[in-house]
Amino acid sequence: MAVSNRAGRDLMIEIKKAEYIYDNHDFPVKAVDDVSLEINTGEFIAVLGRNGSGKSTLARLMNALIIPDSGKVIVLGKDSSEAENVWEIRKNVGMIFQNPDNQIVGTTVIEDVAFGPENLGVEPVEIKKRALKALDMIGIEELRERAPHLLSGGQKQKVAIAGVLAMKPSCIILDESTSMLDPVGRREVLETIRKLNKIENMTIIHITHHMDEACLADRVVVVDEGKIVIQGSPREVFSDVMLIESLGLDVPQVTRLLFNLKKEGLVDDSAVIDIDEAVGKLRALIG
Amino acid sequence: MKGTPFEKKALDNVSMELKKGEFAALIGHTGSGKSTLVQHLNGLLKQDEGQLNVAGLETKGRDLKELRKKVGIVFQYPEHQLFEETVYKDIEFGLLKQNIPDEERRKRILDTAAIMEISESMLHKSPYEISGGQKRRAAIAGILVLEPEILVLDEPAAGLDPSGTRELFDIVTSLYREKKITVILVSHSMELVGDYASRIIVMNKGRIEHDGTPSEVFGMGNKLEEIGLGVPQITKLMARLNEYYPEIARDVYTIEDAQRIIGGILRRGR
Repeated sequence: MAVSNRAGRDLMIEIKKAEYIYDNHDFPVKAVDDVSLEINTGEFIAVLGRNGSGKSTLARLMNALIIPDSGKVIVLGKDSSEAENVWEIRKNVGMIFQNPDNQIVGTTVIEDVAFGPENLGVEPVEIKKRALKALDMIGIEELRERAPHLLSGGQKQKVAIAGVLAMKPSCIILDESTSMLDPVGRREVLETIRKLNKIENMTIIHITHHMDEACLADRVVVVDEGKIVIQGSPREVFSDVMLIESLGLDVPQVTRLLFNLKKEGLVDDSAVIDIDEAVGKLRALIG
Repeated sequence: MKGTPFEKKALDNVSMELKKGEFAALIGHTGSGKSTLVQHLNGLLKQDEGQLNVAGLETKGRDLKELRKKVGIVFQYPEHQLFEETVYKDIEFGLLKQNIPDEERRKRILDTAAIMEISESMLHKSPYEISGGQKRRAAIAGILVLEPEILVLDEPAAGLDPSGTRELFDIVTSLYREKKITVILVSHSMELVGDYASRIIVMNKGRIEHDGTPSEVFGMGNKLEEIGLGVPQITKLMARLNEYYPEIARDVYTIEDAQRIIGGILRRGR
């Protein structure tokens, strides 16, 4: 059952005035504070925020790992606060976590990837088919008999993504899944999710504080102190350098450079988010 | 694991000298030997061949206690090693093991807490009650309190957000300037390396590929990418611009320098 928003696009996730409070400290902490957000099918969203901003809590609300204390989280038309919907939501919205080592359950890669569909009660023949297909989609079919704990960080996260894919989700949330990886691993994971989004139309929600990763998204949502502060295309969001830095975040070096040159009155518009754009802009000015 | 089927040369004919008071960076692809090299510095690992002299001490046959006093290594995610009831006690642990007397211990802990921006109240909290960034500072304090002459930081900003990273490096920089500690930074972040190190040692497959200034190393461009490394984004930009404007230097690695050079060109054109 497809639910549409006003623009007529299919809604994957709808968060309506959600709040979530952590109660296990000296004082309660409102991690998510009156947040409303719509995520459309096929979008690649980056959720950006400093540590403690509430971005991970928001991620967990989106796949019903937690339910809001007030407000609603609706996933593919289903309310996450209704117990009978949780299973369906978790099947449709997969989650990849930060620590590659904490997500391994199998002794071989293919066993690890088969775990999800097995738990869903899928037929054995179908399980194997799905696992192989998932590995193939990620491009790691040749790793299938390898021991997952001996793989590199990037490879482990790719196995985790394959494991989620085997459950045929419509959406994948990555909660800081590249934080513990080296640059090669980070590139591998980003390339994987970018392809899944472009080729399979997978809705991707990428939680991060790395600006260069956020630049790959269709839309960037910046959170701080449990609230959405600004959202828009990467270019729109990062051109407000002062705001981004006041939120404890950084902009890409080239963005910073152009912004500084703009402050000196040497360029009129500093909205660049990558090297290609910066080169283009500067060449046009230098002549 | 010498002599076994799993034998792999992690370090291969590595020679280098580090001067007192230098801020050096050690970079290299995963598996290049950086961690192995670093673990030799305080005797955690012993070399199969060759000599290692650290802060005037030959490491072979050496009593590790003295070596460990000179070299402090902060491993990745140091907060995973916090275990005491309070932050104060956790920082105190190493001092107790070195039999430092009561008054001296207290003084050192309070001084180090001040440097690491750990408040009085935080000192009395359990390590489990504080935030990730605070835990990290507490863990580093536990090593700094031993007053090492050489401080090795292995990916100190891993998992920290940009402002947390900046705060940490501001502290490291003042430490370096005021106490004249020799710092070795192991990092994958070329931007961080470019901003702080005055010398970069590049490792590749257990060997030292290059050892020089940031200008020299980041000027290597494609060669770095071939061995699994990158350059700061600003360096890539300058290299691209250099293709069209040869007068633009390729070995630029800070935003400030890039701004100065490009600003100069834009002004001349007006």
